[in-house]
Formats: sequence, C-alpha cells, structure tokens
Amino acid sequence: MSSFNAPDANLAPPPRFRRPSPFAWVVGLVFLALLVQGVMVMEITPTRLAKGAVNLVDFIGRAFPPNPADLDVIAESMLETLYIALVGVTAGVILSVPFAFLAARNTTPHIAVRVVTRFVIAAMRTIPDLVWALIFVVAVGLGPLAGVLAIVMDTIGFAARFFSERIEEVHPGPSEALESTGAGRFSVIGGAIMPETLASMTATSLFSVEKALRSAVTLGLVGAGGIGVELAAAMRLFNYDEALTIIIAILICVLGFEQLSSAIRRHVI
Amino acid sequence: MEAIRVCDLHKSYGDVHVLRGIELEIPRAECVILLGANGCGKSTLIRCLNGLAQPDRGVVDIDGVDIAGIRGRHLRSVRRRIGVVFQHFNLVPNVSVFQNVLYGALGGQPGGLLRTLPAIAPAELRDRAMACLDRVGLADRAGQDCRQLSGGQQQRVAIARTLLQDPDVLLADEPVASLDPRAGRAVMELLLDIVRERGMTVLCSLHQLELASEYGDRVVGMKAGRIELDAPRANVSRDVMGGLYQGVVRVDDAPVAEGPLPVTRSA
Repeated sequence: MSSFNAPDANLAPPPRFRRPSPFAWVVGLVFLALLVQGVMVMEITPTRLAKGAVNLVDFIGRAFPPNPADLDVIAESMLETLYIALVGVTAGVILSVPFAFLAARNTTPHIAVRVVTRFVIAAMRTIPDLVWALIFVVAVGLGPLAGVLAIVMDTIGFAARFFSERIEEVHPGPSEALESTGAGRFSVIGGAIMPETLASMTATSLFSVEKALRSAVTLGLVGAGGIGVELAAAMRLFNYDEALTIIIAILICVLGFEQLSSAIRRHVI
Repeated sequence: MEAIRVCDLHKSYGDVHVLRGIELEIPRAECVILLGANGCGKSTLIRCLNGLAQPDRGVVDIDGVDIAGIRGRHLRSVRRRIGVVFQHFNLVPNVSVFQNVLYGALGGQPGGLLRTLPAIAPAELRDRAMACLDRVGLADRAGQDCRQLSGGQQQRVAIARTLLQDPDVLLADEPVASLDPRAGRAVMELLLDIVRERGMTVLCSLHQLELASEYGDRVVGMKAGRIELDAPRANVSRDVMGGLYQGVVRVDDAPVAEGPLPVTRSA
C-alpha cells in the first residue's frame, strides 16, 4: 500500500463548488422572476387544476364509448389529411433540394447567395405551420389547398436545413475526383454529392411526412382542410363520442405511418 | 515540347508558404517519381497541376496551355486531358463499381451526368467502361458497391476511371500509400504498365523508396516547398533518396523568406 505526504499548497485540488458568475446570477434571477410572474398571470391555482381534472373525467365519461356512426365521413377526412401531408411534403422536399444546395457551404455559388438562402429557410422554419395555414386561408380560401401550401413552407424550413447540413458533411474526395475529370458543377453535385446524401435525405423526408401528418391534423382547426375540421366541429357541438372516434382514427394513422416510415428507414440506411 | 512545364510556382495556405518557386519540366511520355516527406508540398504541387488548387504566382503549362488562373469551361477542357489518381481512391460511395468507372467520361460527354448513368449511357461508352475494368482485372465486380472491395481493388477501380478518361497526362498523388506493400506493388505495376501502353506523361508522388528506385524514368525530390533533387533514376541511389527524409523541414516550420533554409533535425 502506498502512502502520500501532505500535498504542497500548489497541488491543492480545485474547490468543490464554484461561485456562480454575476452573469449566471442575472440569468437565474430573470428566469425565476418570469416563472413566478407567469404562474400568477395565468392563475395556475390548485382549485383550477382540481376543477380541470373533474371536467376531464366528465369529458371521458361522455366520450365513451366512441361513436362510429360517421366512420365513413371520418375515413374520408382522414384520407384527405393524408393527401394534404403527402402532396405538401413531396412538393416541399423537391423544393428543399435546390434551397439546400444554395445554402450549403461547399455547393453555394456565392457567399451572399448562401446567406440569403439560409435566412429564407430560417424564416420558413421559424413561422409555425398554423400561422402559415392562416396566411394561406386568407390567400386561397378555406380548404385543403391552404393546408398543402402551409405544409410545403414548413417542410422547406425543416428539410432544407437538414439537407444542407448533410451536404456540408460530405467527404470532398469524390467531388474532387469528378472535378478532376473536367466535370461541371451540376455533374459533380449529381454524380458525387447526391449519391452520398440520398439515404440521409430519404430519412429526413420520411420524418417530414410524419411531422406533416401531425401538422395536417391541426391545420384543419383553422380551416385548412382535413380531419381537423371534423374534430373542431365535433368538439364545438359537444359530440365528444364522435371526437373520440376521430382522435382514435388519428392515433391509428399517425402510429401506423410511423411504423411504416421506420421500416423504410431501416431498409434505406 | 514538354507536356508539363512549371515556372516559379508559389502557393500559400494562409501564412504557410507551401510551394516556394517550383521549376519543373517533364517531356511527353516521361514518368517522373516525386519524393519528399509529409508536408513538403508534393500534394499541393499535384493539385496546382490539375487546377484543384490555384497557385499564387507562376506558370503551370500543360501541353501549351497555362492553367494558372483559368477557370470555368476553359479549365474543364484542360482537365479532361489530365487524369488524377488519389491516395484515398476518392470513389463515389453508394454507387456501383461500373458507375464509378463511367464517371471517368463525365468531362468528355456533351450530355454531362445523364450520359454516364448506366441505364442510359450509350452502348459504346458502356463497352469501353467494361474494357477498362477488364484491363484492371475487375470486370467481374462491375455490379458491386465499391465499398465492398479491398483498398487495392478500389485503387484499381480509380485507375479504370482514369483509363476511361483517356488523359495525356497522369498525376498520381501517393497512389499506394493506403495499401499494404504487396497490393501497393501490384497497383504500381499496373499503373505504370498502362501509362507505358498509352504513352502518358506521368508525375507520381511516392514515399516508398524501394518502389521509387524501381519505377519511373526520373526522380524529383522536394523539401520544404522546393525541388532539392532532379535526376535520372539510374543516377540516384537509395541513400540520396533517403536524404530527402533526413532532417525533415516541414513547410509550416520553415521561414517564408527566400534564401537557404535552416535545416533542423526532427527528433
């Protein structure tokens, strides 16, 4: 067994706890103040929470058993939701590809183009899909077209960012090899970069469909078509049993597509 | 007339002066072996000869065309005549061996990428690609993904790609550095057989002195961004070649100022 002499003062270990910096104190105090203010403004009280629980139990009691009477209408709306998601994502993914190449450091034709493209992508991503839906309801009227356009914008914001990040990660060797044969810019992109990024782009596109399917449900709440319209109507008319049927239909569709998407991803990657 | 003529070539990356006035002439159909320690500027020289790196100053004349400073379509038309074999093969993953070979014709095809896709490539081009694969002994692997091949086989595919390109000048940047000695020798023999058959002008960088002493017509040695040795292979002993690796000066350690370099021995 080895023994140690008392350590030199210079060899003393660092203190166990470090005093937070003034900046950390300020951030912590601001956060705490906002939290307390938020709880007070929203009147989050135990009484209200308890009442909410009672109402929830009442909702569940009135929703069970689910009412399958309008199953054909629900199925039709669910199918419309699926179409909104598929058409929106397909258009969005196709448009994302040029956006991604313009935004990626290694494929952009100019730094200014990159900066502008990244800003546009960030704007598309930052504005929530529900806001896009409201804008397009104003532009093209109520119905699924507004939903499709909202999903196109949301998909570009999401997919173009991931596509461009993947493009930037591509190993430069194959691109240089093709360049060295005298190939042009488009041939290098199509011949060297696309094959390397295609699997990742496919996986991102499948995530986009999953995301769009969930979005398409809520877009109906603002009149942009799909199953959300039926759900909003059932809730407003207190037809909770019909609402439950719709929720179950949504659950089955979304979970089913997630399973299918996972299986495809496993196969592709 | 020289196939390659380099005059007063300088290249820096930031503060690092990598090439310091390279002067080199290679007559048509001559095979030159380029030696030098890591960081001495061999790869940068090869990249400047193909336009993958733009020199700061100097002339890079390939078959009468000064490629230093030219860009776009003009540069691409010169590149079609210059094949490059890379140390790490630089094959495109996720596509077949056959597709990788077809990419060798990208520069020479008016239809660009579409004409080199296996599904729509002209029959004549497909036949030539298969002949190139056959020449490197991999015709039976045409349909495989290149990642399923060994390092030596991948380098053979890269050579087949260059064969399809049918260049006048071949630049090989440490083509056997990633391979074991046996595979390296086999690849080197294949490469030099092909360039002799086709009468190509070759600049091939190597680290393996035993290979350098066997192959090539001439040996050029670089040290710290300058050419320190240039002589017919028969006149250069292994000891002289080895001297290039003694007291190694890396370009990023050496002073930028012109004049004799202070050589410091590496530990």
